[in-house]
Amino acid sequence: MADIFSSIISVGFHGLALAMVLYLISVGLSVTMGLMGFINLAHGAFAMLGGYLMTWLMSRYDVPFGLALAGAVIGVVLISVILERLLYRRFYGGDELDQVLMTMGLIFITIASVTYIWGPVTQPMRPPAALSGQIDLGFRSFPTYRTFLIVCGAILVTLLWLALERTRFGAQVRAAVDNLRMAQTIGINTSRLFAATFALGSGLAALGGGLGAEILPITTFYALENLVYFLIVVAVGGLGSIRGPFVAALLVGISDTAFKYIAPEFGAFFIYALTMVLLLWFPRGLFGRT
Amino acid sequence: MSHLTPSADRRAADIAAFSRRHRFHWFEALPWLIAVAAYFMFPNYLALGSQILAIILFALSVDLVLGYAGIVTLGHAAFFGVGAYTAGILAANGWGEPISGLLAAAVAAACIGLASGWIILRTTGLTLLMQTLVVAAMLYELANKAYRFTGGADGLQGMSVWPIFGTFRFDMFGNTAYFYCLVVLFFGWLVVRNTVNSSFGRSLTGIRENVGRMHAIGAPVAQRRLVVYALSAALAGIAGALTAQTAQFVGLNVLNLERSGTILVMLIIGGIGRLYGAFIGVPLYMIAQDRFAEADPTYWYFWIGLAMVFIVVFLRGGIFGVVERLLARSRKQ
Repeated sequence: MADIFSSIISVGFHGLALAMVLYLISVGLSVTMGLMGFINLAHGAFAMLGGYLMTWLMSRYDVPFGLALAGAVIGVVLISVILERLLYRRFYGGDELDQVLMTMGLIFITIASVTYIWGPVTQPMRPPAALSGQIDLGFRSFPTYRTFLIVCGAILVTLLWLALERTRFGAQVRAAVDNLRMAQTIGINTSRLFAATFALGSGLAALGGGLGAEILPITTFYALENLVYFLIVVAVGGLGSIRGPFVAALLVGISDTAFKYIAPEFGAFFIYALTMVLLLWFPRGLFGRT
Repeated sequence: MSHLTPSADRRAADIAAFSRRHRFHWFEALPWLIAVAAYFMFPNYLALGSQILAIILFALSVDLVLGYAGIVTLGHAAFFGVGAYTAGILAANGWGEPISGLLAAAVAAACIGLASGWIILRTTGLTLLMQTLVVAAMLYELANKAYRFTGGADGLQGMSVWPIFGTFRFDMFGNTAYFYCLVVLFFGWLVVRNTVNSSFGRSLTGIRENVGRMHAIGAPVAQRRLVVYALSAALAGIAGALTAQTAQFVGLNVLNLERSGTILVMLIIGGIGRLYGAFIGVPLYMIAQDRFAEADPTYWYFWIGLAMVFIVVFLRGGIFGVVERLLARSRKQ
């Protein structure tokens, strides 16, 4: 009995850590899709770039963890703004197939570029001394870094929610998701709003990629291998909301960890099956708008 | 009102144009002549040639659902893989007869297409895209798990394919394989060509262009989408079986996301919904891949990615689309 209880706690803990990473990476994707009607398959590439920049700053220049993470986020935001203005903007609300192909092309370009710059090996992720080892939470001990990850995730979720619900920018985003034309009519500069949202989403992805480098290892095919997970979180959660992806990320993170604990030889099979059933039940996602 | 109801002349011209669509045009012989010429000109590249022919069939099957029925799929490798594994497992377990292997692959892939299509085609847009992706991902995990039948990550080994009709043995130079693929592709192409020119094919285009309208005139939209999905799955299965039989090996990569994605790229290079896009895009892509990817896969990814972005931004409609626009412009002048 104690064994089962202990495994449940362990699965819940690691599932929660995975959920936080998935959420940070996917929330931007969900908002981009809901707001601009754009299927950005290359979103994972921003997370991957975040991870690469962070590990590179840490191992090559001995930059401390926090600073390296901030540097990575800033770098990715800059790149994403340039890409948004040059490429993405042309395809908002356009043909799905064009979007899929263009962003798939960006994934390939990113894979090649990171292989060229950083080589084909997995980037080492060494958490700072203060965050490595185990932490005793009274009833049992947990890996410190993952505990830190969960706390960080929770804080960021709250901040994001406050930003969307309580600020002028958040109100504009909500208005544009609900009714784009009306938002334009009352004088919201949607073009600038799109750029800002896109940059924010990419920055969060970079943050998720960097923080989560220990769970989703930084390899050259990161953007392609984890793509299905990010898309599942977005599709199951529903487009254009920040609450939907959070619930979906919890669901995916915890059930995937549980399935892989119970039947590791099946890999991700059950999570795909679950996704299929959920999407049949809720074609617009759990919190999608009709 | 005269501008609303077309004149009798105009209508007669339209009907004539529609009936002409079915007739064979001289340029339709070109791909086949080139394929036969390639056999004599590049005898050292026959293995690559047979792969190209099989993948053209795969691209045709994707064109049928994507270009004509407008179903954006990121999981067509599912059917290619099911076909490849069906033919492969049969040949590895004592039934190496190639033609029946192809048929078995077609039936198996069509069944998976029907079953998955029946479930997932109710959805649209991103959800549908996700569902196609998830179906392929599930099959990938299953194939990986069922290593006793599929060989898992090591690939399926020990296939022995019997001679075609008991006489034409698969030789090590790939002569038989090349013509085998060419003949199968020819029949597959006839099926696709007839399908898109039939009234069934026209109704598919209608569904792609305006679903609401097709519902309004009473077309069984869901049924037609399902039928074309299953037909396309069968063709993709045959393409997979061809690859398995000629290479005498099946790896897990027949089912992965990269295969579903790159087939879209090949099709888009040639031009989508045009029946001949596959004949241009696939050879271009695969020959370029053969030339450059072996030497340096990293650069290959870079250039193919750049080409994709470039095509979507500047070359809408692929090579065929550009040629059509140039022709239209010269005709105007």
